[in-house]
Amino acid sequence: MTLTSHGIPAGRSTAAEPTLRATGLVKTYGRVVGLDGVDLELFPGEVLAVIGDNGAGKSTLIKCITGAEVPDEGHLNLQGNDVQFKRPQDAKLAGIETVYQSLAVSPALDIASNLYLGRELRKAGILGSLFRMMDTKLMRANSKSELDRLGISTLQDVTVPVENLSGGQRQAVAVARAAAFGSKVVVLDEPTAALGVRESNQVLDLIKRLREEGIPVILVSHNMPQVFDVADRIHIQRLGKRAAVITPQSHSMTDAVAIMTGAATS
Amino acid sequence: MSNATQTGPNPTAERKPVDLAAEFLDRSTPLSRVRNALHRYPALSPALVLVIAVIVFGIISPRFFLANNLSLITQQVAVVGTLAIAQTLIILTAGIDLSVGAMMVMATMVIAQTATQNNVPAPLALLLGLVVGLAAGTLNGLLVTRLKLPPFIVTLGTLNIFVALNLLYSHSASVVGQDLPNLITATGNTFKIGGIGITYGVVTMLILYVIMAFIMSKTAWGRHVYAVGDDKESARLAGIRVNRVLLSVYIAAGAIVAVAAWIQIGRADAASPNAGVDLNLDSITAVVIGGTSLFGGRGTIWGSLLGALIVGIFRNGLALAGLDVLYQTLAVGVLIIVAVALDQWIRKVRK
Ligand SMILES: Nc1ncnc2c1ncn2[C@@H]1O[C@H](COP(=O)(O)OP(=O)(O)OP(=O)(O)O)[C@@H](O)[C@H]1O
Ligand SMILES: [Mg+2]
Repeated sequence: MTLTSHGIPAGRSTAAEPTLRATGLVKTYGRVVGLDGVDLELFPGEVLAVIGDNGAGKSTLIKCITGAEVPDEGHLNLQGNDVQFKRPQDAKLAGIETVYQSLAVSPALDIASNLYLGRELRKAGILGSLFRMMDTKLMRANSKSELDRLGISTLQDVTVPVENLSGGQRQAVAVARAAAFGSKVVVLDEPTAALGVRESNQVLDLIKRLREEGIPVILVSHNMPQVFDVADRIHIQRLGKRAAVITPQSHSMTDAVAIMTGAATS
Repeated sequence: MSNATQTGPNPTAERKPVDLAAEFLDRSTPLSRVRNALHRYPALSPALVLVIAVIVFGIISPRFFLANNLSLITQQVAVVGTLAIAQTLIILTAGIDLSVGAMMVMATMVIAQTATQNNVPAPLALLLGLVVGLAAGTLNGLLVTRLKLPPFIVTLGTLNIFVALNLLYSHSASVVGQDLPNLITATGNTFKIGGIGITYGVVTMLILYVIMAFIMSKTAWGRHVYAVGDDKESARLAGIRVNRVLLSVYIAAGAIVAVAAWIQIGRADAASPNAGVDLNLDSITAVVIGGTSLFGGRGTIWGSLLGALIVGIFRNGLALAGLDVLYQTLAVGVLIIVAVALDQWIRKVRK
């Protein structure tokens, strides 16, 4: 297969515009440079893995394209339109859902409340419109059926406060929330870090299912076999820059690690 | 939950999974079960304390259950109980408001002086009091959200500013009840339920509790307040406009404080620029004893009413028992420490 310089299969780059394109992203924290002019393209219906050493800027990149951080420089383009996300809410409204590395779940709230946090459903009629009453029953029922649909079996009772869950179960809550509401892009920053083998595989299946539904996914992971199993393309981040974009077909895991650590260039 | 621990560890059971077993034991001892229950229902412990206090003081003093005494307790609780609603909102966001007392006094003076000296009609004077509360709350909220200063410092500053502004405005002069229009002192008027005199101020407080308890548990705004107090950064990443929620909490608190001002005028049958500034501490006491966590995100509105009632009943009951005022103060101090220690212990449920 012939590849362009960004690892995009030659036939494809012309066929499709990227769903999400970031160009020249720069983010500094005081004197620390988190991102040093990073580009990223996410094409329709693909899984783009982002790999790199600790501190390479993966999470910073994720935050800058999902409104959690505002980049110092650079542009974002979603489906052909220039966009600016000043806060996470903006990215959500644009259809981008994210599992952050910190998970961003509210411990004291129950699972259903967490899934619907910030987009609560109101009761029909005057109770909802005038008295602004939430439809807790409906949100719980929807949460339950959504968890079943996503095949997340580790969360049974949606009325359990998240603080009573294990680390892996909390991660499952965050993943379920992103998968349930992401309409254009789903972004996952190390979603399987705290998960057991079975639960990790469930998340991988979930990612594949999203791809089948045509929703592109950005997956940050340190787990090479996982990345090579599920990714269509792999963005390698090194020292705040994009070192290369490869595919599981064009490069081996050893090649990828070599690029990650600077032992080789693409 | 397993009942394995009630029969004790099985001696024939395998010894190997020690750590697993330990975790299991910890979860199902009677003590940790109590802790889990308290964690889930923060108003449970103040409710128990209240019931026990009523029974004990009822036994100690036969005068405790007299209609006049019960009526007195409700009246003594009305102002602090109302301020405690405002304080609960702010403490739920992991903040604290030291200025509610001074804010309330400022509102009482604006209501009383505009009504008497500027001949403003009573409803309008009350509305001006509300404006004062809203403005003061907005000032606190903006300082907390825009300048990102800790609420403790902000409200310590505005406490002093409000006291000074109020003395400037009122020229340190009180207004007595007989000079005030009826509507403004109406919160002190009573009607009888089963022989117990209830003031309209107490009713106003209860209505506010019903409204705020509904808002906090049934509306998205209430849920967002809990989420912000629970974990600010998580709430932000989940798409909640944290600063907006915080600002709205301080503004709502200001409005509630203005209502407390109205109740205060009725209760005292006067508006005095020198009384009530220290109610800030009483309101915090009620909230803390009511089971709301100073760390934010955990607690209920109704718990604060229980907290205010507990303080009122302890003071009243100890006085009826013939004990010196200093013992009332001592008891309240012990209650606060116990409540906060209990909160720390309950929070250990979190992993
Ligand atoms: N809020 C912050 N304040 C200061 N420096 C930061 C902040 N966030 C990230 N950094 C710095 O930016 C750089 C990139 O961090 P980032 O979290 O993006 O790395 P990462 O690739 O996600 O690492 P990991 O694999 O450990 O998650 C690091 O040097 C880090 O110290
Ligand atoms: Mg990271």
